[in-house]
Amino acid sequence: MESCAQKKKYAAKDYKSDLKPIWCPGCGDYTVLNAITRALAELALPPEEVAVVSGIGCSSRIPAYTSVYGFHGVHGRALPVATGLKLARPDLTVLVTGGDGDGFSIGGNHFLHACRRNVDITYIVMDNQVYGMTKGQASPTTAPDWEGSKLTPEGTGINPFQPLVVGLASGANFIARVSSSDPVNMARIIVEAIQHPGFSLVQVLSPCVTFRPEQQEWRDIVRTAVVDYTDDAARAARRLMTDDGFNVGKVLYKGSRPPFRPEFENTNGSVTELEARFAL
Amino acid sequence: MTINSVSLVIAGSGGAGVVTAGSLLLDAAAQAGWYALMSRSSGPQIRGGEAAAMLRFATEPIMSHDDSFHLLMAIDWDNIGRFSAEIPLVAESLIVGDPAHGAAPAALLAGRPRQAALAMSEIAGRIENGRPNMVALGAIAGLIGLPPEAMQAVVEKNLGRKGQAAIDASMAAFHAGFAAAADLPATPKLPTVATSVAAATEPRWSITGNEATGLGVIRGGVRFVAAYPITPATEVLEWLAPSLAKVGGMLVQAEDELASINQIIGASYGGVPAMTATSGPGLSLMIESLGLAVAAEVPLVVVDVMRVGPSTGIATKSEQSDLNIAVYGLHGDAPHIVVAANSVPDCLFTTQWAVHLAEAMQAPALVLTDQAMGQARAIVPKPAELAFIGQRLTASAPAVEGERYKRYAMTASGVSPMAIPGTPGLTHTADGLEHNEFGTPSSQASDHHAQMDKRSRKLTQFNYGDHWADIEDSEVGAGDTAIITWGSSTGPAREALQRFSAAGGRARLISLRLIAPVQPEKMAEALAGIKRAVVVEQSHSGQFYRMLRAFYELPAQTVSLHHGGPLAFGPKQILDQLNQLNAGSA
Repeated sequence: MESCAQKKKYAAKDYKSDLKPIWCPGCGDYTVLNAITRALAELALPPEEVAVVSGIGCSSRIPAYTSVYGFHGVHGRALPVATGLKLARPDLTVLVTGGDGDGFSIGGNHFLHACRRNVDITYIVMDNQVYGMTKGQASPTTAPDWEGSKLTPEGTGINPFQPLVVGLASGANFIARVSSSDPVNMARIIVEAIQHPGFSLVQVLSPCVTFRPEQQEWRDIVRTAVVDYTDDAARAARRLMTDDGFNVGKVLYKGSRPPFRPEFENTNGSVTELEARFAL
Repeated sequence: MTINSVSLVIAGSGGAGVVTAGSLLLDAAAQAGWYALMSRSSGPQIRGGEAAAMLRFATEPIMSHDDSFHLLMAIDWDNIGRFSAEIPLVAESLIVGDPAHGAAPAALLAGRPRQAALAMSEIAGRIENGRPNMVALGAIAGLIGLPPEAMQAVVEKNLGRKGQAAIDASMAAFHAGFAAAADLPATPKLPTVATSVAAATEPRWSITGNEATGLGVIRGGVRFVAAYPITPATEVLEWLAPSLAKVGGMLVQAEDELASINQIIGASYGGVPAMTATSGPGLSLMIESLGLAVAAEVPLVVVDVMRVGPSTGIATKSEQSDLNIAVYGLHGDAPHIVVAANSVPDCLFTTQWAVHLAEAMQAPALVLTDQAMGQARAIVPKPAELAFIGQRLTASAPAVEGERYKRYAMTASGVSPMAIPGTPGLTHTADGLEHNEFGTPSSQASDHHAQMDKRSRKLTQFNYGDHWADIEDSEVGAGDTAIITWGSSTGPAREALQRFSAAGGRARLISLRLIAPVQPEKMAEALAGIKRAVVVEQSHSGQFYRMLRAFYELPAQTVSLHHGGPLAFGPKQILDQLNQLNAGSA
């Protein structure tokens, strides 16, 4: 980050608003907020040149807790909002924050196509395998035998969604998994995700202490992935499909596909020329 | 004054071929100095299948079809009987068919039209590379008085790339048909107004409603469009894609309508005026996010080219039945703008105005057009230049120096200066959650009430000028009878008023362009002295009539003339209602 030396110095707190989060004490999302602000400070991005977009859910509250431009939309639609914003304003750094329900269930189709479209945005998903804001229902990443919800007392009986495998297959250009128990490393990886061109997907294992208290054990289960990233999608796929979901702390895949970026062509055309085509 | 016009249908199983033939005829009519309207009806087939091009030519501008057609030229019969309800034929009408394809379907003969035979395929077969379509066009030209030179110019322009041989073959077939017309029973003829476009008296355009819609949003300043294809709105998007690129804009094809509406919300939040176009099913999917645009105060335009609903309905045909969802579809109290175009060229005016309204009030504007006007092509007087440009009140500094910026600040107009991302010192979060003036989420009643008042005030206090409705009176004044209508039904209503006026009647036409917010004071002014009214709309349940009843003081004697699509009203249906209302009162 030598080039940052010439830029204005920012501290992580410069990217935080004075609003107190509504999250439960011990929620993994606190450290994600810290990691995001730390990453922005490291990149020395002026706050007004950054936008954080979200949908609905506990983790989707992040925009209001930052001091950058924020957009808090409806459930599941953060990725299209961010896509429109980044395409219309390529000068901005655009992040998307949200949870597993917002991103992989109600917003599932947008997730596929955001990976596929490869617009230069960074998607940080706080995965706690539960709908927290609606008080503890099974999410698309919940194990089939989890019986903690009155909505599915016998468990869902269906296999969990594999976000990184699906993301890779759909064309995400950067894939990483991190743990909320290691905010310093998470910040480093978010920096890389922002810097990497195209659609970057960062899955954060972020425990829900209220509805999935057993997830507090994650901090002991997670392990740093033993190998570094690959740029070979087939190898990345094999790795992702055989791991148990707890290999964290490293970038798993970096692609080199150029980002989707239709130019605002300035062909010096005028509206008068368009009208001339209708004239008899 | 009754319009001097000729109405005809070209039908056949050729699918696009029939519409192409109609387009050639329309262009040739423009050469002859005529005005024209061409709409189309087609079956559900992707390729081929039965299709009909309905054309009306006149020596003055027209916005409606006539009550019946003078001529039906059938290249072949296929399943054309399915269109019989959309092709009213009467005793004076003439059906011309090719004997090689057998007899006309019985469904077309209910009005006892005259019939004649023209061996189009046989005549075409005698000419090298001759085509029955061109023989049919020649016969039509002979029947209605279209000079062959007009078609010559059009064929040269359209087939120029294919070389002189192709032009000669087409024109040979055309002339053979033209000569054969002398042996056919007569239809009304129109006088030639000009011998070339250049010689015509005023500048004219050839444009479809969907093209006019695209041009309107570009003129208004839209430079970002997200799109998901849907019949009959796709042509708006297909026209916009290359056109936006020419003026420094961009169209992105989205994965679904949920994505298109949210992409344009994102782009507009970023400061670039944005729109999308869809039809009823797509609008249904966008509704939740339209509420987001209301709450977060993000300006945008959504055009709904209405088709027959509910559900998939009849995707290729027209109906005015999305009024309810457009006005009432959003959950919560969600003030937004709903405007409606009332003719092919008015698609240009109304969409350009909608961009202006949306940007000025930082609110979503819905534009209702429909398949009938969207896919119709018209020869019209060149539309006027309009001053409406989208201009958003933006913020470059907090209202009070040194204080924190309030995105949703209380103002007299209700409109708060909007900080565009990139503006230093004014960062904030735009939110679909209820919020206070800063944009901070709030569940307090006081914030909710204050923000609702503000969002509602923006729209109710805005000065819409005279554009809320088109109001036209009979030549001798308004009298005490009114036609109240909107959208596509305005065309036949206008013509009914002309005929009523020509017969010595007096009436006023009120065609609402601003559907929401409602304008009770302006309507009261427009209805001053009116004792009787007929409300005309193409909806099975009378959605417009019920909306008028809910928000406006209507004359004691007000009747509702409504039916579902895809049938359009003929001027005579409305005229009969006017006469009946007046007879009852006399």
